[in-house]
Amino acid sequence: MKQFEVVEGPIDIHQYHEFAINEKQGAVCMFTGHVREWTKGTRTVHLEYEAYRPMAERKMAQIGMEISERWPGVETTIAHRVGKLEISDIAVIIVTSAPHRKDSYRANEYAIERIKEIVPIWKKEIWEDGAEWMGDQRQYHPDLEEK
Amino acid sequence: MKVMLFAGLKEKIGEGRIVLDTPSSLTAGELKKAIYMRYPALEGDVFQVACNESFVKDGHIVDENDEVALIPPVSGG
Repeated sequence: MKQFEVVEGPIDIHQYHEFAINEKQGAVCMFTGHVREWTKGTRTVHLEYEAYRPMAERKMAQIGMEISERWPGVETTIAHRVGKLEISDIAVIIVTSAPHRKDSYRANEYAIERIKEIVPIWKKEIWEDGAEWMGDQRQYHPDLEEK
Repeated sequence: MKVMLFAGLKEKIGEGRIVLDTPSSLTAGELKKAIYMRYPALEGDVFQVACNESFVKDGHIVDENDEVALIPPVSGG
């Protein structure tokens, strides 16, 4: 495994959790995002994720850097799965470890918010009567401060 | 100029990689205009230009040797 990676198969949470543990860290916070069947009354049959892989991994690493600037001592691990995912499959895992728990919680939430802003990964929802790439409905990119 | 496409853009154009007839270097804003001209079906679609795996603003000069991609609004997580 890599500290920041896009993977094609099922996510084994244990290796990422293990990776975050070391003698300096007293708290490990793990978030997993799963495929949800029902969204506002619409039933999802399955999802497909696509990534611009090298850039996605680079952006995940950038989020790790942002976190260590905001919360020194926090270490971050992120993996996102691509391809076809079924209901309840893990799409994303974020592990943040810190000397103390508060920073690990805060950093973890920050990471998922940033993933949804700057990491080039896209979700296609497949319903019983159609399909759509998500994200296109938004008319902006929040990554404007870069460069 | 070679340009990579993803997700909805890729599906609309039908290819993951297009070759555009452009000068060997131009700004990202000019590149966007060239793409909308060449593919009128993309009218109304928004995307950002990535150059060598970084987002760039409209004034950034894009060279034909750069790795260029169009990034629609992301929806991971």
